[in-house]
Parts: sequence; C-alpha cells; structure tokens
Amino acid sequence: MAAIEILGLEKTYMVGFWRKRPKRALQPLHLTVDDGEIFGFLGPNGAGKTTTLKMLMGLVFPTAGRARILGRDWTDPEVKAQIGFLPEQPYFYDYLTAHELLDYYGQLSGVPAKDRKNRVEEVLQRVGLTDIKGIQLRKFSKGMLQRAGIAQAILHSPKLVFLDEPMSGLDPLGRREVRDLILQLQQEGKTVFFSTHILSDAEALCDRVAIINQGELRGVGAVEELTKSVQGKVEVVWQGTQVPASMKALGGEFHVTGETVRTVISENQQDAAIDALRRERLRLISIVPVRTSLESYFVEKLQHSQTTAGTSA
Amino acid sequence: MNARIVHIASNTFREAVRDRVLYNLIAFAVLISAAAIFIGQISIEIERLVVINLGLTAVSLFGVVIAIFVGIGLVSKEIEKRTLYTVLSRPVRRWEFIVGKFFGLAGTLVVNTFFMALGVFGALLYVAHRFSGADSSIFIALYFIILQFLIICALALLFSSFSSPLLSAVFAFSLFIIGSFADDLRGFATLAHGLTRWVATGTAYLVPNFSALNVISAVAHQQPISWQLVLQNTLYTLFYTAMALSGAVLIFDRRDLK
Repeated sequence: MAAIEILGLEKTYMVGFWRKRPKRALQPLHLTVDDGEIFGFLGPNGAGKTTTLKMLMGLVFPTAGRARILGRDWTDPEVKAQIGFLPEQPYFYDYLTAHELLDYYGQLSGVPAKDRKNRVEEVLQRVGLTDIKGIQLRKFSKGMLQRAGIAQAILHSPKLVFLDEPMSGLDPLGRREVRDLILQLQQEGKTVFFSTHILSDAEALCDRVAIINQGELRGVGAVEELTKSVQGKVEVVWQGTQVPASMKALGGEFHVTGETVRTVISENQQDAAIDALRRERLRLISIVPVRTSLESYFVEKLQHSQTTAGTSA
Repeated sequence: MNARIVHIASNTFREAVRDRVLYNLIAFAVLISAAAIFIGQISIEIERLVVINLGLTAVSLFGVVIAIFVGIGLVSKEIEKRTLYTVLSRPVRRWEFIVGKFFGLAGTLVVNTFFMALGVFGALLYVAHRFSGADSSIFIALYFIILQFLIICALALLFSSFSSPLLSAVFAFSLFIIGSFADDLRGFATLAHGLTRWVATGTAYLVPNFSALNVISAVAHQQPISWQLVLQNTLYTLFYTAMALSGAVLIFDRRDLK
C-alpha cells in the first residue's frame, strides 16, 4: 500500500491588493510514496515544498486535486492520529516546559492518559531533552526547539512522519542524531517524508527523492537511478602506461597512474573501447558507470527548469 | 464536552495565567481597597451605593479589556507564531480549536471575576460593616457582567479569525461602546424616518445589547431585577455568542494558514 498518494494537488494564491492576480505556488503534483520508505522532497527555497506539506496537513487548501494518506482521504481527521508533523523552524507555546508541551500534544493526539507519561519520557530521552524537560521553551536554543519539534512529531507513534527541514538549526552532532533517528524510524516500519535543501542528508538517507522547483516536479526516483541516468558515462581502467591511438580516437582525458590508465567516455562508446583494448592486448581492469553526486543532478535539473522557464517566457 | 476542546481550553487558561493576565487582580485590589478607605471617610449613608457602582464598573471594565486584548490574539497570535501548525496537524478540527479557545478565555474571565467579586464584597463589608438581603442582587449583576464577557470573547475571536490584532481591537472596542448604548440607539430608531430608521433599527439589533446586560446602577439603588430579564439575557447571550462563534468557525474553516 502506498503511504502517500498525491493526485494532482495544486495551489494558486490570489495576490495583490484586491486579490485578483493569480500566483501559482504549485503546479498539479502527482507523487506516490511507498510504505516504509524514507522519501526526500528536495528543492530550493520557495520551490513549493512547504506548500505541499501544508496542503497534506490540511493547513492550506488546494485549488484542485486530492491526496490519499495511509489509504484514506487526506482530509479524514482520523488520518491525522496516525501522522506526525514537524514544521519548518518550529515555534511552540513558549510558556510550557518540554514535558508539558509533549503532554498537551499527547492529549490532542488521543494518547491514553495511562500511556502518556511513559511515552513523553521515552521521546524526551530519544531526542536528548530529558535533562531540561522542566525548563520553559522560551529559554530553549534553536537546536533544542528543533529537538522538541521532532519529539512532538513522533510522540504518538505515528505510522507516517512528515519532517519539514528537520536538520535546520542543528549542529553537526545534532544532524547526525536526527539522521540516525530517521533511520531508526524506518527500521520500526514507519514511513518518513522529509523536505530538505541539504542534499547530502537526502543522499545519505533517502530511498527515493523528488525534486521540485518553481512549483513543478522535476524528477522522481531512487537516488542511485537519478545520479546514474543523468551522466550516461563510464569510467574505463586498464593496465598499462600508454594510450593506444584507437583509444585516443574515442576522446576524453587520460590519466596514467603507475601501471594503470583511466579515462571517462560516453556509455555508448564502451563496446568500442573494449574492442580497442582487446586488439591492443591490454588488460581491462574495470568499466563502471560514472555516478554524479545528487548535488550535480539537482543543479542540472534546476538549471534546466530555469532555461525552460526562460524560453517559454 | 469533547475532550480536545477541554484540553485546548485548559491550555488557553494556562497561557493566560503564565502570561500574567491575572496580575490585573493586583491593580484591582489596590483600586478597590483605596476606594473603600476613601469612600468610608467621605461618604455619608451612600457608601454602599458608591462601592457597588465603582466596584462592579471596575470588574466590568477590567474584564472587557482582558477579553478584548487576550481575545484578539487567540487565533492571530497562533497563526503568526505558527504554533497552530502542530495543533491542526493532529486530529483536531478547526471548530474544536475555536471553541476550545473561547472556553479557555471565558474560564479565565470567570476566575478573574470571582476574585474581583471577592474584592467588591470585601470593600462593601468594610464600608457597610454588614451585608443586607438586597446585596444578593450583586450576584445577578456579576452574572450579567460575565455574560457581557462571553459576547466580547466571541466577537474578539470572530474578528481575529480574519483581521489583524489592531483592527480586531478597534472593531471589538467600537462594538462594546456602541452596544453599551444599544437601548438609546433603539430609541433613536423609533423616532427616525425613512432610510435612517431602517439603518438605525438594523444597527441597533445587530450590535450586542450591552445596555440590557448592565444592571449595576439598578443593583446599587436596590431596585429588583426580574427573573424574566435574567432568562432573556441568558438566552440572548447564548444566541449572540453562538452566532459570533459560528461566524468565526465559518471564516477560520476556509482560511489558508500561509
């Protein structure tokens, strides 16, 4: 079963003094997130990530389209008992202590009174706030608030967790802990949907990612697939110290290191390269697809979308 | 009552207490004590009348100021600070949030009024040395003051569901002042002609009738308050509050939380 099915959700805001000028924040979006997946929703600031999350949370109403969460209509209030949400740069009732805040959210989420105390203590420990649970949130640093935010999102053991920029405001150690937490959530069978613009986090964590820019989906897929498909190149390494003329004819740069030569050629030239090395009786060591980083893929997609927008304008 | 509404109301009450809203009681205590001592020294035979008039008017004004200033921030502050996001992403319906907030503030005002009422009775005992049977009608005046607060809370919530805090405060204060003269406005409507009459009558019935809820002077002068008026004011308040809250829910239910 798909954990999330987004079926053409779109959002147009009416802006201007009389609210008559339409401004499209999100083009019709179609996206499916499988159960148990860690799914990254990537895009630069203002791309439409938060708008999408807010629509799924019922905070913003779509202009058109619908969604299904955990097999039910996304507007069904009962669905919300099974999801957790961390907003971007969360801000909470600062007159409450972390313990009181979680207790309150536990009440609203319908966690039974007998389980609530234990659940609150458990998540406080999990996010490292046990020692300061009695301090009012107005005295919390940004990183501590982020931890409290993560705690409230997982407090009621939701099946699906939405995290909007979960690493924001955290120091390197905190980021590492959140990464580990996200992986633990997956091991517990939960689905995690998180938006980020920190690509290394997405690359390290996500089973699949979607890239969105200017309100439009630019690519979806497994990180490996995306980074492989964009390059279409292979790295060829063979034993030797010289580059035969037939190999030079394929183009590319050659790097001789000790007893090996390395070059990168286009994928459709790999058969020609193998034939050339065989004719020259050189020993082929490896031919592997060149993987680009997710960052390169991301930048390439964004540049492409800007070019397209520029052309169509 | 729905458990989520109770939790939201309790949290609203806790917020008011921790934000030191009830500190107004200190100012009230100082005012009523000073007034009692001063009146006790200068008034002859009219101490009771002055203390009831002054005390109940202060109870009403302190409460109205709290109802408006806390009420206008109940929704707008939650949107501005984005605390609402983590509430409405839970199984909480928007109407439950509005109703919970209303009861939280109403509860705060009832508690506040209770302590201020203790101050009024204390001052009365100080100047008159004993309570008389007629003093029981002070409870009715206090009850009507609480009814006023309920209407103002609901109106403040209504305005704050679509307007900025400043405009909401202006709207709510204006309605409180116009509503305090609702009887005069109705009297004027009967004397006017043509379009003016229609506009005045419409306005008179649209604004909350706070003049009917103000029996402070009658109580101070030991005039009897009919049970019919109590029933009428109760039903009126329930109706007006329900209408204002429904309006707030209807607007808030369609609002994008950007």
